[in-house]
Amino acid sequence: MTLTSITSRALAVLCLGLFAAFALPQIAEAQQINPTAESVTEESLMQALSGDAQVQGRVTIPDGLSTGVIKPGNKDWAATLGGPVRIVTILSVVGIVAVLLLFYMVRGKIRIDAGPSTQRILRFNSFERFAHWLMAGSFIVLALTGLNLIFGRSIILPLFGENVFGTLSAWGKLAHNYMGFAFMLGLVLAFVSWVAHNIPNKLDLVWIKQGGGLFSKDVHPPAKKFNAGQKVIFWSVIGGGAALSFTGVMLLFPGLAGGEAGWQLYQVIHGVVAAILTAIVVAHIYIGSVGMEGAFDAMGSGEVDLNWAKEHHSLWVDEVQSSGGKSAGSAKAHPAE
Amino acid sequence: MARMKFLCDADRCIECNACVTACKNEHEVPWGINRRRVVTINDGLPGERSVSMACMHCTDAPCAAVCPVDCFYTTDDAVVLHSKDTCIGCGYCFYACPFGAPQYPKVGNFGTRGKMDKCTYCAGGPEADMTEAEYVKYGSNRLAEGKLPLCAEMCSTKALLAGDGDIIADIYRERVVTRGYGSGAWGWRSAYGETVNV
Ligand code: HEM
Ligand code: SF4
Ligand code: SF4
Repeated sequence: MTLTSITSRALAVLCLGLFAAFALPQIAEAQQINPTAESVTEESLMQALSGDAQVQGRVTIPDGLSTGVIKPGNKDWAATLGGPVRIVTILSVVGIVAVLLLFYMVRGKIRIDAGPSTQRILRFNSFERFAHWLMAGSFIVLALTGLNLIFGRSIILPLFGENVFGTLSAWGKLAHNYMGFAFMLGLVLAFVSWVAHNIPNKLDLVWIKQGGGLFSKDVHPPAKKFNAGQKVIFWSVIGGGAALSFTGVMLLFPGLAGGEAGWQLYQVIHGVVAAILTAIVVAHIYIGSVGMEGAFDAMGSGEVDLNWAKEHHSLWVDEVQSSGGKSAGSAKAHPAE
Repeated sequence: MARMKFLCDADRCIECNACVTACKNEHEVPWGINRRRVVTINDGLPGERSVSMACMHCTDAPCAAVCPVDCFYTTDDAVVLHSKDTCIGCGYCFYACPFGAPQYPKVGNFGTRGKMDKCTYCAGGPEADMTEAEYVKYGSNRLAEGKLPLCAEMCSTKALLAGDGDIIADIYRERVVTRGYGSGAWGWRSAYGETVNV
């Protein structure tokens, strides 16, 4: 072995040793790295979520709505729709029909106690009736098409099949989306026409104490143009209608609703308020048509039987007659036929 | 029958978007509709993870529960499909879905979203299998041809798995055991009410 080869070997060993001195700790370090130590995990992100939050990230497609990966809260909304909203709707509709049936069986049709007279008196002018029927007509379409969204698939679909139900629902959706605006206009007109007559006063307490005379013959608490019961209907329609209008517009323009959670909240409010208001309105329709003799004429021809008016709106009749036969803001009352 | 599921192994996903492209191309999905997307969580930070997400074909699918016209149905393979003929484009399914899967051709104002579109698990729709009518509305029907969804088949790192739920869960479990880590079966809790326990 030559000297050079010995030195070169020694050098090589030295180099190896040096390399090892540097490299070994590095290898040891590499073995310690756990790629998930800093990594996000599904479990921890899901546990950190609260409320309507979502597991979110960055996407390369230009669609802000798709940045969420997992949004468990959406399932809660689905469950609310299939649970509480559905139950409230069923209870409202079935409940009011049951109550009205019971009322009809016990009380029967409410007659004019004094019998029909020969005189008629103008109760609602054509503007008031237009406002009423604009509001009522659109509300009925909205209520039916709205109920179809909740019950259609369990009632109409099995009865009439996919084609009929599909076509009906597609038209129903269009009607629901556009009829809302007719309803809002009607609501505003009715509000303007009648708000002055619907301010609660002491007289209403008397009316309520006597049950409005609804439950017994020959009981007729005094009332002006609108009695306490009607005021309840009026304010329910105005309040509920305003809530439905506002939430409805939010549902139509999801961009205004403040994200998915906002939209979902408005949807639930819309559904619950609609269910309750529908029940109230069904009761109103009953008493305004088959439930009470002589009532429909007020919104039909606009003129009611004088005896009917005296029994249900005695003070209003006095007002009209003392002001020369004119109903507030309306055309001349027709004389007796 | 198999219970088909998706599983994205985020520790393998390199955010190449091949699955997205494969899906777009296979079904000729129009602009603006994203049946599948890749979301990167903690982007740019150490430990970022990318997840490829589409319809998960949920157990007791919430979309189907809220649809007013009941246009969803679940196939024997547990794939959640829908009928575009019946859909009225109300948008409810989008708000019910935990994964943002339902897509609409138009902006939502005035209820003019158009017919909902979403991942079909490459299984078409209610029309007869592999017909033109089916293709036009829902894209191709690879399942009827005995093939799995193209997104998973194309995945270069095999991060995205499609197939019978038990089998892909086993594959994932084996991976996690072998390499010693795993960030979880993304979305499984919300979609299937269970996750893959290792
Ligand atoms: C076919 C359905 C309906 C009929 C037959 C009907 C009938 C009537 C009648 C006869 C009146 C006048 C009562 C009176 O002379 O004092 C009235 C008033 C009124 N209606 Fe209707 N209506 C119907 C639907 C609706 C609907 C859907 C709404 C609301 C969305 C509504 C809201 C009102 C309101 C707020 C009043 C004034 C307050 C009151 O009288 O209770 N109506 N309606
Ligand atoms: S992921 Fe969304 S669209 Fe797919 S089945 Fe589940 S809820 Fe329905
Ligand atoms: S958008 Fe279509 S599929 Fe979705 S809930 Fe509405 S009707 Fe059903």
